[in-house]
Amino acid sequence: MSDPGVDTPAPSGGGQLPRRKGFGAETVFRTGTLAAGTLVLVIIVAITAFLINEAVPALRADTANFITETEWFPNQTPPVFGIAAIAWGTLVTSVIALVVAVPIALGIALYLSHYAHRRVATTFGFLIDLLAAVPSVVFGLWGFTVFIRPVRTFSIWLNDYFSWLPFFGGDGPFGRSFLLGGLVLAIMVLPIITSLSREVFLQTPVPDQEAALSLGATRWEMIRTSVLPYGRAGVIASIMLGLGRALGETIALALTLGFINEITFNIIENGGNSIAANIANGFGEAGEIGRGALIASGLVLFAITLVVNMAARVIIYRRREFTESAA
Amino acid sequence: MAKRVEATGVTAYYGSFKAIDDINLNVEPKSVTALIGPSGCGKSTFLRTINRMHEVLPGARVEGRLTVDDEDIYAKDVDVTAVRRMIGMVFQRPNPFPTMSIFDNVVAGLRLNGVRRKSVLQEAAEKALVSANLWDEVKDRLGKPGAGLSGGQQQRLCIARTIAVEPQVVLMDEPCSALDPISTLAIEDLMFKLKDSYTIIIVTHNMQQAARVSDRTAFFTIDRTGDPGRLVEYDTTQKMFSSPSEKKTEDYITGRFG
Ligand SMILES: Nc1ncnc2c1ncn2[C@@H]1O[C@H](COP(=O)(O)OP(=O)(O)OP(=O)(O)O)[C@@H](O)[C@H]1O
Ligand SMILES: [Mg+2]
Repeated sequence: MSDPGVDTPAPSGGGQLPRRKGFGAETVFRTGTLAAGTLVLVIIVAITAFLINEAVPALRADTANFITETEWFPNQTPPVFGIAAIAWGTLVTSVIALVVAVPIALGIALYLSHYAHRRVATTFGFLIDLLAAVPSVVFGLWGFTVFIRPVRTFSIWLNDYFSWLPFFGGDGPFGRSFLLGGLVLAIMVLPIITSLSREVFLQTPVPDQEAALSLGATRWEMIRTSVLPYGRAGVIASIMLGLGRALGETIALALTLGFINEITFNIIENGGNSIAANIANGFGEAGEIGRGALIASGLVLFAITLVVNMAARVIIYRRREFTESAA
Repeated sequence: MAKRVEATGVTAYYGSFKAIDDINLNVEPKSVTALIGPSGCGKSTFLRTINRMHEVLPGARVEGRLTVDDEDIYAKDVDVTAVRRMIGMVFQRPNPFPTMSIFDNVVAGLRLNGVRRKSVLQEAAEKALVSANLWDEVKDRLGKPGAGLSGGQQQRLCIARTIAVEPQVVLMDEPCSALDPISTLAIEDLMFKLKDSYTIIIVTHNMQQAARVSDRTAFFTIDRTGDPGRLVEYDTTQKMFSSPSEKKTEDYITGRFG
């Protein structure tokens, strides 16, 4: 904490340079930020400790293997529950959401930043932001009353022609499935990825873009040589934000999944469950063990999100040498 | 490899603002032509009309006629990217692609042209870097990021990138303004060498530089703020710097002008 120049005594020889003030805005600011930072850490640790404390008795009472068991019956005696199927559902719906949303979102973002007329881009961008403001329960209700119909038709079509693929097999019924949940999630994460990526693309330095154009690049080649590499880290960050939302999404999935705990690659048959949806559906009638079990599943979700975020950081920093020297 | 550039009545706008008015100028092949004039008189604007980079900005447009060896580069069916490949440009601030290695920077233009063969790319990269007086400094670290070089090296990297595609004409917009005197001299030497094969047009604020490197000099000015820039006088550099025919040119060159 030694700060050169703060506490040095006045130079001998009659130097009259003004002393640095001992207690000013600087000190207040430094102490304030330190306190805020510490407080956040303390709160996080306290919450985690509380959750673990709640979860441990339930995990002790579990007669099945919490990691590999697919069923979730914590309230029966003896309790039998495991994370496997609902964690699987969380991952599958999120993957479907990203596979569908990322290409569309990046396409729209590039269109808005580099192709659309300025007025069109503003209006369209505003609509996209509006989509981000729709509450998830609305998406959920829309998903299971309206959107389910085209998705069911599509599922039947997939089943007719592609049932030889494990994803599209089975004999139905179709509809309240991983596909429906994943597609609703895709619509929900689309605006997040779109608007953040568009911001990043718009910030591509003009000299970089002109360098590519002056070499005879077409607009798409210019985007490939300067806009996409420049925006790479930001795009990854926006995808991770979207993924974060998809992993944690509760009510929309609680309304669109079919609630069958099963580890399956089939994404069109009725079924599927996810960690967050399972919590939303089960918390009301949960007993003491049931609550602890749900909290344990919540901790697993937290761990998954953490791992995903760390993986994202690794990806972003892997080419650090290049991005840093560019700054 | 070098071609003649002819501008006839070139007028350029930014939206409704007319930045240059009725520029007529013939640039000889295999020579260096300097564009000089006070700030804001439209030198960069004119330069950017020559490789059709002006129209990249929203609302910007060009009138008049620009030919390269009698071919109208603004003709309706002309492919803009082909024009820009034929007429390379070096910018005021060095702008290597930040995420690319030195090697990838140099061959970026060739890759855009569809060249994929490693041996061809390597040969072209070495040739361009040698011409740009950069080879010895970077030959051991071609895989390192281009943005990790010094400013002067970056600018020579950008020159190498421009000449790697063997353009007919090279445009340079104040290429030395961000550089120290030694890098500046290196780039001036380079221009001397390059004019054997290329037509070079350079914008500079440095009178000594214009006098040193160019064969012909064009003086632009604006009469009042808000007026479009115009070409005042265009002649051999020797004539322009010893006995210009316009009073305005003389005032500017001798430093009696804003
Ligand atoms: N992107 C732009 N949008 C609108 N006006 C512009 C733009 N770029 C330049 N101008 C205007 O066009 C005129 C000519 O500018 P230009 O950059 O060509 O001058 P210049 O001679 O290159 O000046 P300098 O020596 O300072 O580089 C100026 O009045 C300038 O304000
Ligand atoms: Mg300029």
